Amino acid sequence: IANSYNRPTLIQLQNTREEEEEQQTTAQQEEQTKRWEATELEEEHVHDAAVPPLAGDPPAADPPSPPPSKDDFQEELVIRPLHSGDIYASFQFRTVWDADFMGDQKVSHYRLFPKSLGQVITKFSVRELHISFTQGYWRTMQWGQPYLPSPPGAELWVWFQDTVTDVDGTWKELTNVLSGIFCASLNFIDSTNTVQPSASFKPLGIGNVTDHSFLRYATLPREIVCTENLTPWKKLLPCGSKAGLSVLLKSEKLFHSTFHSQAVHVRPVCQDPQCRTTSMELRQTLNVVFDLHTSGQGKREWSLFKMFSRTLTEACPLASSSKVYVDVTDNPQGEQFELSPATPLLTQAVVLGDRRTYSVYDLTQQASFGSSRSLNMLLRWKMLRPLLHSERYVAGYGLQAGEIHTLIYNHHPYRAFPVLLLSAVPWYLRLYIHTLTVSSKGKDNRPSYIHYQPSKDRERPHLLEMLLQLPPNSVTEVTVEFERALLKWTEYTPDPNHGFYVGSSVISALVPSVVAMDTNSTLDRPLFSSFFPCKEEASYFMRVYTEPLLVNLPTPDFSMPYNVICLTCTVVAVGYGSLYNLLTRTFQVDEPSPGLAKRIANVIRRFRGVPLL
Amino acid sequence: MAAPLALLLIVAVTIRAALFRTSLANLISERVEVVSPLNAWKRVVEGLALLDLDISPYSGDVFHETPMVIYLFHFLMDYAEITFMGAGVKFSSLHLVSQFRKQKFALEADRIPMDCLELIRSPTEMYYIPLKVAMFYLLNPFTIVSCVAKCTCGLNNAVIALFILSTMRGSALLSAIFLALATYQSIYPLTLCVPALLYLLQRLYIPVNVRRSSFWFYTLQYLFMFLGSLLVLICLSFFLLGSWDFLPAVYGFILSVPDLTPNIGLFWYFFAEMFDHFRLFFLCVFQINVFFYTLPLSIKLKEHPVFLIFMQIALIAIFKSYPTVGDLSLYMAFLPVWNHLYRFLRNIFLVSCVLLACSALFPVLWHLWIYAGSANSNFYYAITLLFSVAQILLVSDYFYAFLRREHHLTNGLYLKKKDGSEATLVLK
Repeated sequence: IANSYNRPTLIQLQNTREEEEEQQTTAQQEEQTKRWEATELEEEHVHDAAVPPLAGDPPAADPPSPPPSKDDFQEELVIRPLHSGDIYASFQFRTVWDADFMGDQKVSHYRLFPKSLGQVITKFSVRELHISFTQGYWRTMQWGQPYLPSPPGAELWVWFQDTVTDVDGTWKELTNVLSGIFCASLNFIDSTNTVQPSASFKPLGIGNVTDHSFLRYATLPREIVCTENLTPWKKLLPCGSKAGLSVLLKSEKLFHSTFHSQAVHVRPVCQDPQCRTTSMELRQTLNVVFDLHTSGQGKREWSLFKMFSRTLTEACPLASSSKVYVDVTDNPQGEQFELSPATPLLTQAVVLGDRRTYSVYDLTQQASFGSSRSLNMLLRWKMLRPLLHSERYVAGYGLQAGEIHTLIYNHHPYRAFPVLLLSAVPWYLRLYIHTLTVSSKGKDNRPSYIHYQPSKDRERPHLLEMLLQLPPNSVTEVTVEFERALLKWTEYTPDPNHGFYVGSSVISALVPSVVAMDTNSTLDRPLFSSFFPCKEEASYFMRVYTEPLLVNLPTPDFSMPYNVICLTCTVVAVGYGSLYNLLTRTFQVDEPSPGLAKRIANVIRRFRGVPLL
Repeated sequence: MAAPLALLLIVAVTIRAALFRTSLANLISERVEVVSPLNAWKRVVEGLALLDLDISPYSGDVFHETPMVIYLFHFLMDYAEITFMGAGVKFSSLHLVSQFRKQKFALEADRIPMDCLELIRSPTEMYYIPLKVAMFYLLNPFTIVSCVAKCTCGLNNAVIALFILSTMRGSALLSAIFLALATYQSIYPLTLCVPALLYLLQRLYIPVNVRRSSFWFYTLQYLFMFLGSLLVLICLSFFLLGSWDFLPAVYGFILSVPDLTPNIGLFWYFFAEMFDHFRLFFLCVFQINVFFYTLPLSIKLKEHPVFLIFMQIALIAIFKSYPTVGDLSLYMAFLPVWNHLYRFLRNIFLVSCVLLACSALFPVLWHLWIYAGSANSNFYYAITLLFSVAQILLVSDYFYAFLRREHHLTNGLYLKKKDGSEATLVLK
């Protein structure tokens, strides 16, 4: 009956293999297939089903009470690129404690298990507690199945021990306490939104309880999850947010996502395969879906730093296992994307009915962090490299001179082929053809043909055509220096400081065919056609355009044509005036002329016939 | 005399050789103050590269040297540095000899004075003038910088110096040939034709008289030699290239100023900011301005052709369309010849300060405009304006001093008024 709760099983098969060791012997493989690693909750269900008599046992029935109450902490992060381009990150922190909360002796010494939760479990006789806070809705159509589903808002369901008499009262009290612990509005749970499901919510831990009167289930769809819920959730972790995977849990990034869900699951689990004793398991999970596609400028690459703005530097020292899994199922041969740093550890697991492959990073081993002492997983999508492509840019600084660099890539592994490079450069970038250099693989590569037509100011642009031989698997760099001209103020565009565009260079080439690259292509062809390489198939015509360039030119001040005309003419006039002065005048002894009053007096005196002054 | 000169030459060559070897040479050769589109070494190399590609260097708008220069460097490419150094040294040595002639001339001219012995230069003073001239040219930072940048205006300067030397020596043919060469290189030295003619006439004691047939005969002879050699040069260029492309590319480029690359002159910013429909008018005004002063100056200074040469060279350097500091250094080399005018100069201190300050500010403001982006073109333009004003003041000051000295030579140094009190001279 426990199997009726038929969740897909997650079985992990740790399959450590080196990249080079592709062909392992079957004996080795068998040996490794035996290394089953049961870490997920569903695995216990398998055991539950396998050992039905124990499942029915009341947990308090046979506690041999092991003298040291053993506890264990594991942390784990699973990253799965979703098909929509989003990234799904799922954290799980699992604390297992061999303490018996329901036993006679009171549990008072806590080590890894959070005391606040332990006291709640003891006080309210909780058998199982499941609480989740979710922001956003899981889009199953686009994202597939989550590892741990949860509804939007808050969800709480609790199985009480059958010793509880007043279940409703305890439930009410419990919700209020949890409300305080998680800083959430769980106190709004009352009889109006509480139900007792009869079949759906079976206990996830051991125990085959059928009496659903001990089960309470409530949701608060309006509950908004934010930092104040995350902080108390993080405080339940043994390492807090100081070390281990939890350093990644920074609210400014976590809540900038399309889906965020955090949950706490407490349940009893078997201690050993025979299930003679039980332990308490606390599983804290946090699922988040990042939309890196839009925030990352349309790139599908992701890295830990990009998602969480943190990198991993160490495992939680209290954790017995600390692992990061990256879903690489879609990348079987490694040709789709590249994960760095590369890890030799691979794991296959059947999760949600689907066999998936994961790359595993073990944080407890120092080797995972490399020499930089920090782990920043980076996924880069591999580009399909075309045989021929090119780049172009302007080098240099300042507005006086510059250099146009054109890089032409030949990715063909062993064939060289010729290309025609055409560039038309406007006249206001004065090219100096004597500075033209063509080099590939660090050596001078003389073009076999050059056609150069120098520019005429305001009439025609520069035209440069070259026939270049591109060596196989090489970068050919063509550089030419230029000088920027100062134009007349009316020749500038209305936004002169935006710069001037230089059109794309055109690269025309006969590229060797990829078919011709394949030397084993004689299989399905008649033998007579394949002895000599066929010309028609050997190459095809291709045209590649480079980027246009944006070049700034020095600009005059557009606001002062009148001022400039006036000032320059003044200077010319100063020159003219001073020379004119010296040319037309002669030196004379200065005879101070009589003052105005004296002259007027003289005029009057002349009228009067009196001698002048 | 020979020992200090040899020392000077060694020092000058050492400085240039040392600078050629440093990274400064590259930096200097990019400076817009030192090289212009007309005479940049980079463009000469570009022209040679085009010639190697079987493209006419004049089909583009990068090369504006004359065909003779390109063929000269076609053969001397490997020895370019030596050529430029040689040009500089040649200039100085030539100048040196020319100064001897000038001294004699000055002595003769100074025989006139009556009571102003103070104004006459002593022979010992005159003895060192050629050395001073050589020093002013060879150790002038402007010349050094221009030579290190391999600016071809050094060659033009050497040609003009050769012209002056042959004129002083009285060889009309050589003078005409070198003048034709200088004119062929850049149009402006055309105006030097008049002072050369005046000097040669003076040497032959032919008075400048329109009615005298000997005057006309000699003038026509000289003009014929000049124009003939110019024609030969141009035709030679045509046969070298096989096309007349070089005429618009060299002379059209000089006269119509299509390249507005900043320089120390007045043209670039003025025509960058000019309204299109006034462009032709102002172009004519500015170009006529360079040639305009020839006639009035020759009338005023017809007795003093050497000073006329100095005035002409200076005015060309100031008002030409693509001036560089190399042009400046040519007329500055003449300044020691006029050191007897020093007592009549009015604002030499101010002008020297302005010239020095501007020379320092050119690179600073250029950097602010082009590289730092914290200043704009107006800053650089303001400095070129100031630099031009300072040069104009310098030249007109020397002109004033020269005229005043002439006045004192005829009228006595200490002038008295009619009433016996001390008189002041004014221009009227």
